[in-house]
Amino acid sequence: MKSNQITLTFSSIAENVSIARLLIASIGGQLDLSLNDIEELKVAVSEAVSNAIIHGYQSVPNNIVYLDLEIADDTLIIVVKDEGCGISNVEQAMQPAYSTDPERMGLGFVFMQSFMDELQVESKLEVGTTVTMKKRFKQTPISSH
Amino acid sequence: MNLEKKRERLTLLLRIDGELDMHTASDLRQAIDSEIEKRGIRTVILNLQDVQFVDSSGLGVILGRYKKLLPLGGKLKITNVPPHIYKIMELSGLPKIISFYVDEAHAYEEGRGA
Repeated sequence: MKSNQITLTFSSIAENVSIARLLIASIGGQLDLSLNDIEELKVAVSEAVSNAIIHGYQSVPNNIVYLDLEIADDTLIIVVKDEGCGISNVEQAMQPAYSTDPERMGLGFVFMQSFMDELQVESKLEVGTTVTMKKRFKQTPISSH
Repeated sequence: MNLEKKRERLTLLLRIDGELDMHTASDLRQAIDSEIEKRGIRTVILNLQDVQFVDSSGLGVILGRYKKLLPLGGKLKITNVPPHIYKIMELSGLPKIISFYVDEAHAYEEGRGA
């Protein structure tokens, strides 16, 4: 049984999105996930962290984004949290192609949903947003030789 | 992210090397927009051979440049897309809108002399 926990807190600046991706890629490597699965995890984390910076904190630096990774049994749990402005209508925000910015595609939640086994978004105006994503992986079976 | 630029008349070829996320997307947007506005570029060819990562921020900039060129009578073309990048693009529906080519030669060829 695998069990591990890592928390990364970082400033809400664009440069840090690639650091969040590096961390999830390393964890994915430890779990023997396929390269394709790792690619998908990187996209999902990238979207959640970008949302926290762009929407949660309205691209204002000097705020803190929390990335929490937990491995419990056969599940990788990724929590991305901001203490930003919050989302007034989570259901609407999660619709494909919904975006408050015409330069963006509104695909962030679509990618998170497609690439993860579970996606949960909790948000409260002026308090912040917490995105919880779960990915189940195959555990290396105990040798039966 | 590194950009290698090649201009030929009103066509700009950009070879992109690196990751296309919210950090690098704005650099790419500025690079293309200034060529369109200052040099009158009307065809933009993006070679994605050395792109290691793309997310919706990167895709948004590509779609945005397509939308900017369209009313100007211009075109955006994409070449040499690595398979894992293509998978993300496919999920976004981008290949239904933008023309993809196997390599730069094919992208240059199409529409030439027309």
